[in-house]
Amino acid sequence: MPETSLLITGGRVIDPSQSIDRVARLLVVDGRIEAIDPADSQIPESARHIDASGRIVAPGFVDLGVELREPGFEEDETIASGSDAALAGGFTSILACSSTSPCIDSHGAVEFVRQKAVQADGVRVHVIGCLSKNRDAKQMAELGLLHEAGAVAYSDAPRPMPNDALLKRALEYAQMFNLPIINRPNVMTLSEGGVMHDGQVALVLGLKGLPTEAEDLAVARDVRIAEATSGRLHIGPVSTMGSVDLIRRVKERGIPITASVCPHNLCLDDSQLRSFDSRFKVHPPLRSPKHIETLCAAVADGTIDAIQSGHMPRAREKKMDDLDASPFGLSSLETTLATISTFMLGLEGFDWSAAIDRLSTAPARIAGVPGGDLKVGSLADIVIIDPDEKWIVDGHQFRSHCISTPLDHLELTGRVTHTLVGGRVRFALRPETEHLA
Amino acid sequence: MMASADQSELTFPPAWNRRHLLDMESLSADEIRALLDTAQHLKEITGGCRDKISLLTGKTCANLFFENSTRTRNSFSLAAKRLGADTVEFSSSGSSVAKGETFVDTAKTIEAMGVDWVVTRHATPGTPHLLAREINSSIINAGDGPHDHPTQGLLDMLTIRQHRGSIKGLTVALVGDIAHSRTARANIWGLSKLGATVIVCGPPTLVSPRWRELGFEVAHSLDEILPRCDVLNLLRIQFERQAARPFPSVHEYAALYAMNAARMRRAKQDILIMAPGPINRGVEITPEVADGPQSVILEQVTNGIAVRMAALWLTAGANNDSH
Repeated sequence: MPETSLLITGGRVIDPSQSIDRVARLLVVDGRIEAIDPADSQIPESARHIDASGRIVAPGFVDLGVELREPGFEEDETIASGSDAALAGGFTSILACSSTSPCIDSHGAVEFVRQKAVQADGVRVHVIGCLSKNRDAKQMAELGLLHEAGAVAYSDAPRPMPNDALLKRALEYAQMFNLPIINRPNVMTLSEGGVMHDGQVALVLGLKGLPTEAEDLAVARDVRIAEATSGRLHIGPVSTMGSVDLIRRVKERGIPITASVCPHNLCLDDSQLRSFDSRFKVHPPLRSPKHIETLCAAVADGTIDAIQSGHMPRAREKKMDDLDASPFGLSSLETTLATISTFMLGLEGFDWSAAIDRLSTAPARIAGVPGGDLKVGSLADIVIIDPDEKWIVDGHQFRSHCISTPLDHLELTGRVTHTLVGGRVRFALRPETEHLA
Repeated sequence: MMASADQSELTFPPAWNRRHLLDMESLSADEIRALLDTAQHLKEITGGCRDKISLLTGKTCANLFFENSTRTRNSFSLAAKRLGADTVEFSSSGSSVAKGETFVDTAKTIEAMGVDWVVTRHATPGTPHLLAREINSSIINAGDGPHDHPTQGLLDMLTIRQHRGSIKGLTVALVGDIAHSRTARANIWGLSKLGATVIVCGPPTLVSPRWRELGFEVAHSLDEILPRCDVLNLLRIQFERQAARPFPSVHEYAALYAMNAARMRRAKQDILIMAPGPINRGVEITPEVADGPQSVILEQVTNGIAVRMAALWLTAGANNDSH
C-alpha cells in the first residue's frame, strides 16, 4: 500500500497532553502523527496539504456515551447516521451505549456493532457493554466475555444502575479487565414521571419535576461504593450542584473517580420549558441558573473531567407528542463544540486548551481508548476548528436522523471544519472548495 | 328563545387582541378585566345565560376533551350554542386516539372539518400551547393537566366580583391539592393580578414552599388562616394525579382541612365558600357547608357559561396572532 502523507499548515496546534499551544505544522504519514513542525526534508513530496491558517488543530473529540439506537430503533439513529453526525461534530471516537434492542450484553451483540461500524467507515465506534444482563439490573452481564469481544466499558446507560449490590460486585469484578463502569446518577424512585428540573418553573407550569436529590443521592452512593471497591467508576452526565460538591470532595480524598457533563447543561436553563416544547425535554434536565454556574466552574477547574455530547437521538414523530408522552432526547453531536466555544470560552480558567482537554484528552484517558493527543506515533485523529465562524443551528441540516435540538435557531460561534480519522479527511465543512490542496 | 336585550351594546374591549386563551399567567390585569366585564355583560343580556343571541352564528366550536369532564364540557357547549355557534363534540375514548393517533393529528383532523375554535382538555401541561403552534384555529384551554384552567379561574373571579364588587384587597385562600390543581394556578395568577392576597394552604406534600419565592403566602394550618379569609376556594384532592398518597389517610386530611360547621363558626360571617367541583363531600367540604348560605358553588357553575361565552366571542374577534 503506498504511503500517504498529509501536511497541515498554519494552524494553532493545541494538544493538552503535551502542553502544546502554538502555530505549527503537523505532518501525518500513514494514518499516524509523524511530526509537529517537521523539517522540510521530512515532508514527502507527495504530501497533500491543508491550509489551517486562522484555525485550531487539535486531537479529535472522544465521546463517552452516544446512543446509536441500532439494532432495534433505527428510526431514531443508525450506526452509519450517528457516525456521520459524530464526524460533523469533530468526534473521531465515540463509545456506543448499550441501549439497543437487543441490548449489548453478549459477544454477538458487540460484534454486530463493531461490524456495522466498519461498514459505516467513519468515526471509530467503541462499544459499551451492558452492566447487567438484559439491562434489567438483576444479574451481572458477562463482563469478561464482553471484554473479549472488544467492549471498552460497561454501563446500562442511559438507565442508571439501581441495584446497589450489583454495582458493588461489578466494580470489584471489572477490575480484572481494567475497564471503567459508567453510571448515570439517578434514583428512579425519586424521579419517576418527571419531565423537567424540579424547580420554580416546574411548579408554575404544573409539570412533574426531576428533583436534584435524585441525582445527588445516586452520586453519593456511587462514590462511596467506588471508594470501598477501588473500582474504576465514571459518573455521568451530571447536572447538579450537589453532584459537583460530592465529586469535588471525593476527589480531594484521592478517590480516582471521574465525571462528565453535557454541553446543553452548561448553557440552557429550565425556563426554556416555558414554551412546552419537547426539544427541551432532555436528560439530565436543563437545570436552574445556579446549577449551570456551578457546573461551568467545575468544568473549568477540572472537577468535572470531561464533556460528552449527551446525544440521545429520537425520531421526529416521537418528539412531536406532548411533553409527557415525548421521550427525553436530543441530537447534540453536531453542536457540542460550538456550544462549548460559545458559552464556556472566556469563563475564568477555561480556554481552548481546557476545552480540548475536556473534549478529547480526558475522555480518551477515561475510556482507555486511543486518541486524545497529537503525540508522534499516535493515531492521526484530528479536528480542525474555525474558532470565529458564526452559524445558526438548524436541526434539519443535521446528519443525524434526529433533528430535535434545544439549540435550534441559536447563533453559535466556532465550528468544526475538518475531521480526520487515521489521517483521512472524513468530514470537511466545505469539501468542494478548500479542504485539500 | 332569542334575547330581547340589545346585543349591539356589546363592544369589543380595547384590552383584548388575543386569538387564543391558553393560560391565566400570561394575561394582563386589563385582559382579565376585559374578559370579566364581557362575561358580566353577556350574562345580563342573555337573562342569566338562558337566552340565545346570534353573535357567532355560522361559526363552529370543537370540544376536544382528552380527559373526562362533565361541567366544563357542557358549559363550553352551551356557551357556544347560546352565541349561535355550532359545536362538534370529541372524546378520546372510542376515537382514533385509541388506535394510536396522536392528539395533534386528531386535532388537525377535526380542524380540517372546518372549525373556528378548538376547546381542549388534556392531562399534559402545555398541550394547548402545542396545538396553538400546530393548527390555525383559536385554541381555548379547558384544562391542561395541573398547569392552568383559565376559564375556571375567570368564573371563580366573576363570582367573587359579583358578591364583593371588587377583588382588590380581598384575602383568598386556596385550600387543598395545590400541587395537582390547574384551578389553583389559574386562581393564583388571576387573583393576584387583580390585587387580592392569595394564600395557598394544605400539607407540605401538596403545597410547595416554592410558592413563597413567587410572593405568595404558604400556610399548612387552615385554622390559623381562617379568620383572615374573605374567600375559601376548596380544591379537590386529585387522587387520579397522585402516584403516592401525600397524606396518611382521607380521614386525617378531612380532620385538618375539611371546611365544616365548626370551622364556619370561626370564619368571617360573610366568607364566600367556593369549590371548582366535582366536590368530594366529607373530604374537602362537609354537606352542610357545601349546601349552606355562604356557598356559591352553583353560582360558579352558572357563571362558567358567561365566562366561556366571553372567551369564545373575544377570541373570535381578535385579528392578530398573539397568544
